Amino acid sequence: MVNLSQEAFCKFIKHMKVGRYMAANIKERVKKEKVILSEADRKKKIKNSFIAYAMLLPAFVFLFMFTLYPIGSSIYSSLFKDNLSVITPQFVGFKNYVGLAKDAVFVQSFKNNLLIALVTVPISIILSVAMAIFTDKIHFGKAFARTAFFYPTILPMVAVANIWLFIYTPGYGILGQLGFDMRVLSDPKKAIWGIIVMLIWKQAGYLMIFYISGLQGISGELYEAAKLDGATPFQVFRSITWPLLRPTTIYVSIISLTNAYKMVDHLYIMTKGGPNNTTNMLLYYIFQTGFDFWDAGRASAMTVVLVAMLLIITGVQFFTQDRNTYYS
Amino acid sequence: MINEKAAAKPFLLRFKERVQEEREERQQASVKKYEITPLIVISYIVMFAFAVITLVPLLWMIRTALVPAADSLQLFKVSIPTFENVKIILDSAPFGQYYLNTIFMVAAVLIVQFISITLAGYAFARIDFYGKNILFMLFLTQMMVSADVLIMPNYKFISSMGLADTKIGVILPFFASAMGILMMRQTVKTIPYELEEAAKIDGCGMLRIITTIYVPLLKPVYIAFGLVSASYQWNNFLWPLVMINSEKNRPLTLGLAIFAMAAETGANWSATCAATLIVIIPLLLIFIVFQKQFMQSFATSGIK
Repeated sequence: MVNLSQEAFCKFIKHMKVGRYMAANIKERVKKEKVILSEADRKKKIKNSFIAYAMLLPAFVFLFMFTLYPIGSSIYSSLFKDNLSVITPQFVGFKNYVGLAKDAVFVQSFKNNLLIALVTVPISIILSVAMAIFTDKIHFGKAFARTAFFYPTILPMVAVANIWLFIYTPGYGILGQLGFDMRVLSDPKKAIWGIIVMLIWKQAGYLMIFYISGLQGISGELYEAAKLDGATPFQVFRSITWPLLRPTTIYVSIISLTNAYKMVDHLYIMTKGGPNNTTNMLLYYIFQTGFDFWDAGRASAMTVVLVAMLLIITGVQFFTQDRNTYYS
Repeated sequence: MINEKAAAKPFLLRFKERVQEEREERQQASVKKYEITPLIVISYIVMFAFAVITLVPLLWMIRTALVPAADSLQLFKVSIPTFENVKIILDSAPFGQYYLNTIFMVAAVLIVQFISITLAGYAFARIDFYGKNILFMLFLTQMMVSADVLIMPNYKFISSMGLADTKIGVILPFFASAMGILMMRQTVKTIPYELEEAAKIDGCGMLRIITTIYVPLLKPVYIAFGLVSASYQWNNFLWPLVMINSEKNRPLTLGLAIFAMAAETGANWSATCAATLIVIIPLLLIFIVFQKQFMQSFATSGIK
């Protein structure tokens, strides 16, 4: 027994050794093959990279020239004094930014932008949700209603501004003819509200289409279950529709927030930023500073501030996106 | 035989009854579906109130443009439509030239964009390459900071190239579109890779694969992106305002704005409304005809 077991033990050891040797051998070979494989892969990837760069080149050249380089060049030229009082730009460090903080018109425009964003975004969202839900419920006149809500989106801002300038004209405007005659755009207190109403009118229908596609993503079973439980329409909205529309709401608020900073065309027609800069906005003030007052240094500093604002707003979306995926 | 029939008949009868019942149930259900509930009544009322509010400015503008100037300021006066105002406008400002300029700008931008976004979108969707993520992030910055925010540096750059006050100078910044690349990339990803593989085995080159296999399949993206991009260019204002000085290069929006500013001194609302109508009518008609396509396009352009 002992002998046998010894023999068996020896055999076992031998096997083990062979096995180990073989295992090691195999591992080594796999390693080698892996190296060879990855080398081939890498070569392929390098080759692919050149193809990809060639394909991206046309788009990237224009992206670089008109988006990336201008951001860099505004940061650079915001550090120089470059207006009509100097012949060549002079380096002044952060003086332009300090000047902005002291510039009452800039501060006013900044505040106006915030006010417009804080008022137009929530109201447009409420209206667009209402439009999406109401047009979803009805059977007759659905397409007509959606067309009526959406068409302001495709009109040029300049045309919209003309129409609303006419509406607000004292005496002749539609407000005047319906018996609400008042000065709107020339009144420093009311002017910005007149513009806010117009902006909401212009963009609520645009936001509606995102909510329409958001609503289509909610399964009908949830509503049937709620119906069986005897939930009221308001309860259904509060506990099913609105929470499930959350990703849409986040996206829509980002769009409308950035739009609030970009839409300024109407100012050229309606108020030129007045009366007394009560309707001025950052982008329009950049336009005035750069092309009316020819102060390129200060306009560049303002551009940097505006770009930073936009990046912050969209950055928030970027970081909340992971959370979205749980909902959608 | 008889037994079998006897056994089968009740079954058939039962089956027929069941079908009848189901049909009735369905009918009831459908009647229920279209039943008028308070919620639906409210929906109709709210919706039509909204629709009236959104439509009034447009209808009023069209009315003012098409009635004789003498009647235009009385809201409730009925009068015969006339194209007189429109004729006066067309004689007093070169709107035909503005039209040609805008159409040229829109068409040129679309052609270049289609080429650049197809190539870039394909590369991002299908090719594994070094620096892909970084490049993609760089492209995304354009979604955040669009060219119309960077008027100051872009003006400096383009005028340093000697392209200030030219149509090419106005459209150059829009030749690459991150939004278009994104839409392209998403759609290319949904196209089965087997198609491309089969073509590769047949010995097709990359460009040939793109033009013969992908481009026809990507037609919906071209339409969707084309509509969004075209209406953006058609409506663009601040940037052309900065770039263009001479009348012969003005796009429609700029021409309209300058005309309106001039007409304003006489408070000539008939003229302003007629000019506004001339500028918006093509887009408006295209929109009314293809409204569903338009809304879908704008909705997909927003989906990441």
